[in-house]
Amino acid sequence: MRAIPYIVQKEFLQIFRHRIMLPLIFVMPVLQLLVLSFAADYEVDNLRLHINDLDRSQASRQLVGHFQASPHFTLTGNGAGGAGQIHRGEADLLLEIPLGFNRSLAKGNRAEVQVAADAINGVQAGLAQAYANAIVQSFSRQFSGPTRGLLSIETANWYNPGQDYQTFMVPGILVILVTLVGMFLSGMNIVKEKEIGTIEQINVSPIGKGAFIVGKLLPFWLIGMAELSIGLIAGRLVFGLPLAGSLAIIFVFAGLYLFVVLGFGLLISTFTETQQQAMFLAWFFLIIFILMSGLFTPIESMPPWAQALTKGNPVAYFVDVMRLVLLKGSGWQDVQPHFGVMAVYAGAVNTLAVLNYQKTN
Amino acid sequence: MQNSPQSPIIEASKLTKQFGAFTAVDAISFEVERGEIFGFLGANGAGKTTAMRMLTGLSRPTSGQARVAGIDVAAHPEKVKQRIGYMSQKFSLYEDLTVMENIRFYGGIYGLPRKQARQAGSQLIEQLGMEAFARKQVSGIPLGWRQKLSFSIALLHQPDVVFLDEPTGGVDPVTRRQFWEMIYQAAETGTTVFVTTHYMDEAEYCGRVSIMVDGQIAALDTPDRLKSEFQAANMHEVFLQLTRPKP
Repeated sequence: MRAIPYIVQKEFLQIFRHRIMLPLIFVMPVLQLLVLSFAADYEVDNLRLHINDLDRSQASRQLVGHFQASPHFTLTGNGAGGAGQIHRGEADLLLEIPLGFNRSLAKGNRAEVQVAADAINGVQAGLAQAYANAIVQSFSRQFSGPTRGLLSIETANWYNPGQDYQTFMVPGILVILVTLVGMFLSGMNIVKEKEIGTIEQINVSPIGKGAFIVGKLLPFWLIGMAELSIGLIAGRLVFGLPLAGSLAIIFVFAGLYLFVVLGFGLLISTFTETQQQAMFLAWFFLIIFILMSGLFTPIESMPPWAQALTKGNPVAYFVDVMRLVLLKGSGWQDVQPHFGVMAVYAGAVNTLAVLNYQKTN
Repeated sequence: MQNSPQSPIIEASKLTKQFGAFTAVDAISFEVERGEIFGFLGANGAGKTTAMRMLTGLSRPTSGQARVAGIDVAAHPEKVKQRIGYMSQKFSLYEDLTVMENIRFYGGIYGLPRKQARQAGSQLIEQLGMEAFARKQVSGIPLGWRQKLSFSIALLHQPDVVFLDEPTGGVDPVTRRQFWEMIYQAAETGTTVFVTTHYMDEAEYCGRVSIMVDGQIAALDTPDRLKSEFQAANMHEVFLQLTRPKP
């Protein structure tokens, strides 16, 4: 155990001796946070809309006016030939108002309009239809007037009242950045000593496996925590990230979470012989962890087997905790199950890594 | 556990290592006395490095036994590691650390107190005449110096035995000479030196020499007795007679 400070000291010396490492660890993630958080916006504006108004009535012109007033749509054409426009990729959405639209409405009957979207990009098409829907709904309410006593829904978005996507995304992107740095640094570490050959010199020394691994992980744990702090400050300053709950929960959880990520990297390091192999293996897991973390697509929309898989995804837990604590203000009690899972995970991964690291083979 | 000063420092009996169907080391038995300089020779692939890895606790024997400093290596590899030094064929220092930082690190993992490690470090640098390099990164110093430094670091914790796996590979003759002077100095202070080499002139410097052929020890004696036994002018001829493929 007395050897641990020497290993920590050596690791820090090696990390910061390479001039590229400092910006790599601290500047790049902040840049990524800024770029990704500004870019990861689910709102779509200026969808190209083609309108075919066959009715040419007062009501139909009113509806077209509603569409033109929306920031989500830009009118790119009207009249027949909308299908061709979509086919050529010149329009995203086609709105067709049938003949007799005005008459039906005047009689108080159901009137229908047709909306067709280019669904190659499914997310965009879904959004376009949702926007169109909302406009038609509001138009129909206005047309029929509240006196008809139709059912209407008043929505309120709790915990993120402005439905601000950045508020929603920044905590998750922070998790990913901390994960990337932690996993790669620890994954490359022991395997690098294998490549150079210095691991032999360690293995022939009386140093304990546990002490060696703790000494190896501690520097990266500290770097990960520092990185999270920098990210939170940047998120606060640039995006006005809310802090509804306690920062202490975030940091205690992050501390535990980093042991999982670092242990995972270490496990990869003990299984591989070259840094290249370790890199591929780390990427394989990272891609799955990140894409299935609920950050980019809601876990609730995944098929049941995939939802079950996310139960083993540490990234999903941390993303959840970040959002719960930062946006909702959840307390210790609320995230207790998350802590439980992470503790088990940390224990299992690190035990495996220590067992798999053999000084004698 | 402690063996008496008279008993051999290294005892191998029927030490064997198999990799699948291939027998790398085939039931070798030998003893090395305390303070001896023991040359461990053999052609490439004869099993030298594998045997040495078993003696240092890096590799588990398939069968047979090895005792180093009176300790059964397979049963207590970590105990043996406190008593031995090792300089591997691959370069064993951290190139991105300075000479002083390497010394401090290895001193630390062998449990030397900080003050003692620092003292030993400056003393070592002075002995080697490496003052000019002390604050330089190892990547920037010549190979011969690095090898001498590796050897000194392997001796830092005053081991009973030091294992050197081709320590002078790729080093110029003058530095080889200096390196062997260091080996003699270590042996004089009671450290047993177990060394593999490809240079037959170096074999002449050893107290006793063993020559491995195809995983077995084909000959083991002092250089002089081996030369007369094989009626050879030098160790080079002895080596060729043993390792040349039989017609």
